[in-house]
Amino acid sequence: MTEPLDTSALQERFDGLIAADERIEPRDWMPEAYRKTLVRQIAQHAHSEIIGMQPEGNWITRAPSLRRKAILLAKVQDEAGHGLYLYAAAETLGVDRADLLDALHNGRQKYSSIFNYPTLTWADIGAVGWLVDGAAIINQIPLQRCSYGPYARAMVRICKEESFHQRQGFELLNDLAHGTPEQHAMAQDALDRWWWPSLMMFGPPDAESSHSAQSMAWRIKRHSNDELRQRFVDISVPQAEALGLTIPDPDLRWNEERGHYDFGVIDWTEFQEILAGNGPCNRQRVAARVQAHEDGEWVRQAALAYAAKHSDSERDVAA
Amino acid sequence: MSSGLPLWEVFIRGRRGLSHQHVGSVHASDAEMALRNARDLYTRRGEGVSIWVVPAASVSASSPDEKEPFFDPAADKVYRHPTFYRVPEGVKNL
Repeated sequence: MTEPLDTSALQERFDGLIAADERIEPRDWMPEAYRKTLVRQIAQHAHSEIIGMQPEGNWITRAPSLRRKAILLAKVQDEAGHGLYLYAAAETLGVDRADLLDALHNGRQKYSSIFNYPTLTWADIGAVGWLVDGAAIINQIPLQRCSYGPYARAMVRICKEESFHQRQGFELLNDLAHGTPEQHAMAQDALDRWWWPSLMMFGPPDAESSHSAQSMAWRIKRHSNDELRQRFVDISVPQAEALGLTIPDPDLRWNEERGHYDFGVIDWTEFQEILAGNGPCNRQRVAARVQAHEDGEWVRQAALAYAAKHSDSERDVAA
Repeated sequence: MSSGLPLWEVFIRGRRGLSHQHVGSVHASDAEMALRNARDLYTRRGEGVSIWVVPAASVSASSPDEKEPFFDPAADKVYRHPTFYRVPEGVKNL
């Protein structure tokens, strides 16, 4: 056996890997703050995926056709899968999924505030796919090159699957927007309610974002919140035009000089209120998650008991 | 390990002709459940033709933070590569 390196040499090696744009892998030495930041971010990301199943699952039984129902089922199943990829990535950092779920259930860890809004109409399912998944894609594409290998690899899988999510939402909304006047109005109403919360998904403005600078230095993050938000607006405006819907922002206009769309001021007090737990569905979302977890407890116990009973044959690991 | 289900590492053969590759992990009470969970999680779009699951606790791994790199013995043996050798001008198929 050889002696472990001292901390400064380990730090130097870590900094060198980051500088060379190499990936950090699970058993590498890493600064404790880097590990903590990743656990917090990956767990929050995982929690968002599984809480995000609720607003859409809400419409599975009432989907207007078998085609739409099959699509929505597959999409919600994907969200569960995304959550699991991410929990698996978090566990490579030495945490346990059960502890992360506890932290979600007792409010110590958060999930994306967007999922605290209700899905009031069928058009909301379209708006969620088009805007919420659209914003998620823009956030997630650069994460495929995140410095932490397992997180980056999970994002590659997720991004592949998200493009179906966004397209099905756009198609759904496009059908409504070009349907009867009532359907068009329903689509417009969904856009009116989901537009601003979608812009908030990119997080606070750069000047007020507490974790951004360090995350950029560690190459966990590659673009600033405002940069990604601008990209989302620029992409979405022509898509809304194709839908024949109006983005609910009187200040939205093309800025020739900047080569980008200018847009209105975001109401961050609403964002802060939801973060503080006072959004329309915060309590309902966490309660439903806790309920599902508790309802599943007997299944997990039964599976463990079954495994223990049969472990005498070839396995001895299910302890 | 907490009171939850044990962790299994998942390896998938993407298609015939390729070796199994590590794709991630699942929790399951036994191997059969781990295989089913791995199928549901990692092959929803036909990404695999064969799955291995291995109890995570059974994997032994080299440690990256030892002072003498574990892979050092390979670093000073350049003669293991064909580019090490001089070949006279004009000699072909070597």
